[in-house]
Amino acid sequence: MSNHKSALQYTNADIHINVQSEGFDLSDEMLQLQNCFDKQDQEIGAISSFTGQVRSTEEDQSVVDKSGKLLALSIEHYPGMTEKSLLETCQLANKRWPFKACRVLHRVGYLTVGQPIVLVLVAASHREQAMKACEFIIDHLKTAAPFWKKAIFENTAHWVEAKPSDQLAIKRWQE
Amino acid sequence: MIKLLFFARIKERLGKSEMTIDFVENQSLQTLTQELIKKHGDEWQILLEPDTVFSCNQRVVDRDHIVADGDEVAYFPPVTGG
Repeated sequence: MSNHKSALQYTNADIHINVQSEGFDLSDEMLQLQNCFDKQDQEIGAISSFTGQVRSTEEDQSVVDKSGKLLALSIEHYPGMTEKSLLETCQLANKRWPFKACRVLHRVGYLTVGQPIVLVLVAASHREQAMKACEFIIDHLKTAAPFWKKAIFENTAHWVEAKPSDQLAIKRWQE
Repeated sequence: MIKLLFFARIKERLGKSEMTIDFVENQSLQTLTQELIKKHGDEWQILLEPDTVFSCNQRVVDRDHIVADGDEVAYFPPVTGG
C-alpha cells in the first residue's frame, strides 16, 4: 500500500493512489477527496466518479457451459510498479485536463461477484476536465497498470486475457 | 546480481515468483532470457512468448534493453486490471 501526494512538477493537484485488499465506501472517499483541497477553494465545480466491480456475466457462453458460474476474481499486482504506473496515469490526465484533486483506489486479492474493484474520483473546476480525466484514467490504467485478474469459476479457474477493446479504448485518446 | 520477478500465469508456469542471477556485462534482456531457457528447460520458453511484457526497474522496456548490475527485471503477461 502506498500514498502519493502532490508530487507533480507542473501542477498543484493532489493525487492520491492506493492499492488495497480492503473494500471502500464511495461517500467516505468523496469526503476524503473534498478534504484534499482547501475548504475555501471555490474553484471546484465538478466531481466525477467511476466504480468498477466484479461482473457475474461471462460474455462467452461456451465458457459458462464448460466452467460453470463465475464466483470471484483473484487480482494480483506488481507492488511498487503498480503505484508508479497509476501515478503516471493521473499525471498524464492532469496535464491534459487540469484538475484539483483525484483519488484512485484499486483492490487486489479475492473479490467475489458484485464487489467493487476500482474507484476513480476526480475534482476539477469544470465538468469537462472532471469527466474526461476520470474516463482517461480508467481507460489508461486498464492497459498500463500491472494488475492481473484470475477468474475463479465453479469448476475451474483461468487467467483473464487482455481485451482488444481495452487497447482500442486507449487509442481513441491519442487522436 | 540481477533480481528477476515473475507474475500471473508466468509465475504459475515456472513455479516461482522471484530469483537472482549473476550479472553479465553488456547483456540484453533477450540474451539473458535465452540463457535462462537454456539452463532451465523448455517450460521457460513462456518468457519469450510474443505477448510477454518485460520491465526493468519497474518500467516497461524493449527486449534489446541492456541490463545493469543490481537491476530488477520482471516478466509478465499483458495487464488486465480495472
